[in-house]
Amino acid sequence: MAEFTLERTPLRARTRAALAQPLLRQNLRRVTDRFMQVRAAAFAQLADAEALRATARALRARTLARLPELLEQFADRLLASGAHVHWASDAASARRYIGQVAARHGARKVVKSKSMASEEIGLNRYLEGLGVQVVETDLGEWIIQLADEMPSHILAPAIHKDRRQIAALFGQVAGSPLPEEPARLTAFARARLREEFLSADMGISGVNFGVAASGSLVLVTNEGNGRLVTSLPRVHVAVMGMERLVADLAELDVLLALLARSATGQPLSCYTSIITGPRRPEEADGPEELHVVILDNGRSALLGSEFQEALHCIRCGACLNVCPVYRQIGGHAYGWVYSGPIGAVLTPLLLPASAAAQELPSASSLCGACWQACPVGIPLQDLLLALRRRRPPEGATERLAWRAWARLWASPRLYRWSLRALHALAPLARLPGVGRLPLVSRWATGRALPPLPSRGFRDWWRENG
Amino acid sequence: MEGGPRKVALFVTCVVDALAPDTGAAVVRLLRRRDIQVLFPEGQGCCGQPAWNSGLVREAAMVARPTLRALASALDRGAEAIVCPAGSCATMCRVYWPELFAAAGRAAEVDEARRVGERLLEFSELMARLPALPARPDGRRIALHFSCHMLRELGIRRQPALLAERAGCSIVPWAGAERCCGFGGTFSVKLPELSVAMAEEKLQELDDLAPQLLVGCDTSCLLHLAGRARARGRPLATAHLAELLDKAEAAHG
Repeated sequence: MAEFTLERTPLRARTRAALAQPLLRQNLRRVTDRFMQVRAAAFAQLADAEALRATARALRARTLARLPELLEQFADRLLASGAHVHWASDAASARRYIGQVAARHGARKVVKSKSMASEEIGLNRYLEGLGVQVVETDLGEWIIQLADEMPSHILAPAIHKDRRQIAALFGQVAGSPLPEEPARLTAFARARLREEFLSADMGISGVNFGVAASGSLVLVTNEGNGRLVTSLPRVHVAVMGMERLVADLAELDVLLALLARSATGQPLSCYTSIITGPRRPEEADGPEELHVVILDNGRSALLGSEFQEALHCIRCGACLNVCPVYRQIGGHAYGWVYSGPIGAVLTPLLLPASAAAQELPSASSLCGACWQACPVGIPLQDLLLALRRRRPPEGATERLAWRAWARLWASPRLYRWSLRALHALAPLARLPGVGRLPLVSRWATGRALPPLPSRGFRDWWRENG
Repeated sequence: MEGGPRKVALFVTCVVDALAPDTGAAVVRLLRRRDIQVLFPEGQGCCGQPAWNSGLVREAAMVARPTLRALASALDRGAEAIVCPAGSCATMCRVYWPELFAAAGRAAEVDEARRVGERLLEFSELMARLPALPARPDGRRIALHFSCHMLRELGIRRQPALLAERAGCSIVPWAGAERCCGFGGTFSVKLPELSVAMAEEKLQELDDLAPQLLVGCDTSCLLHLAGRARARGRPLATAHLAELLDKAEAAHG
């Protein structure tokens, strides 16, 4: 299984690698434009979308403020419903627990519905290491699993693949060539995955929302695979980020109204499942055992910090779709599970020990499109700025340059002098080699240098003031 | 400001001061034509945004302090408003200065920053409030670039188009007009290939629309886009809105 590139390749090199893939960029434009269009249309149908966003933000803030207490309530209700609960302080704890459940049941095959939390803890690789076969059943996730790649979009993980590539991947599974027709390809996936559902020993899902009041798990999918994963196998393991909690159904109602609209422009996703406990004696379907893994993995450190609002995220992907940076490079370039503006915020927070992760807040032009699109009003731009303040430039040369610049421009006299010097040097700007100077060469990468005037505004003012 | 201000201070910004003096001069002429006295507080320099956006609070405050002082002193000398021909710098002063000076630990400067911010207007924002003067219709087909900070943080969307149309320009329907051009301050040199790719997409969209001029209210975005346009071998004329308006009024005779 493919590994994240975060630690291996610096950010700039990752952006260059992404920019070198024309198909990726073409698909990103097409799909994100489409997502934005349908999202705009869906929001236009709401009587007062702004009021709903404000309500959602307030509800998220209220729930996060009482998170420890609500989590206790959630766990109590889960236990009362017959579910097992595991509090995972980190990824290793979550993996180990899930591995033990699999071992206890002698599980040889696991089917999965899409779960970012399971990507975050590297679950597939771990289970495969234990000799368990893992099959992703979300169509996009299955495609990238076959290709041995990481998701490049939070909702459309195979956004960077076209039908030709998908036909080739499926053809390898089928053992014979398949036509490059979407209908035929999905029919193949459907038939093939149906066999996997029926033969799996264990199902693993994510959780879109946990409802504290009832101990229910809410799963939102468009393909219906979530229902099969959580009801056919004998055991269901749900992995949930500890912040994905709502107090009650009233809060759920508001967030569901925003989630699908923000994600895919739908008023509701095709399937919204609310699961409370394992199968009861009188019920025909459902797993014999339900395990809920509540994942901290760095989240509780954000509670009460200036970054708490990063935990408001409902994983709709709207900030990715509107982001002009994501639009060019896609998800892989962010190097880890979460991409786009929310990824640039969450990754350094969830991986505080990773120096490479701390570089991600730079992957933004701070244009602000993200916070305007966020259905729960996360001030992503402010969080990116706060992260940059937490870890300012560290290179000795860069620090020195900033300090020198600040010294110079802190004095109006030296500021004026530096501008005069710049204008005096204007004739030299045309000399060969200027474009190779440090910093200048960074600008001159694909851009002509701006023409330098021989005098500045101040000189004009002196004569015309 | 009943009937519009009579005395306005100019915060010209370091980019215009250093690289686009004609833009500053155009702003001065436009205001003077409306019988507005223009003050230019000499102590001003940079708003500190490059350092602030890089997470360097101390350096940002050091650089912004003289500018804050100069602008505040202009208010003391009777300026009723401050005009700034750069949406991004106007946003820095209005939205982030109080936060910056609070982070730098000077309460008095936070109050001063608020006082300056309340009076500071982005160029098109002020112009749209001032009387229209006769102008020779420009007649060109222009593309209008909406720069991010003035659009999203100051909410200035309608004014630039209104003013350009008033000057007789027709505006091409540009789907990407509100998408970031990729300048982003230090972003443009930290991740240059990405920054250029963002400009490239915007320019590709303009290839088909073929405007005669690209107009905006942030010199930095325009330098970035013009620089890319030249490097890709399809140069594109750019102008700050102030220069466009000033020329149209001056040509009226």
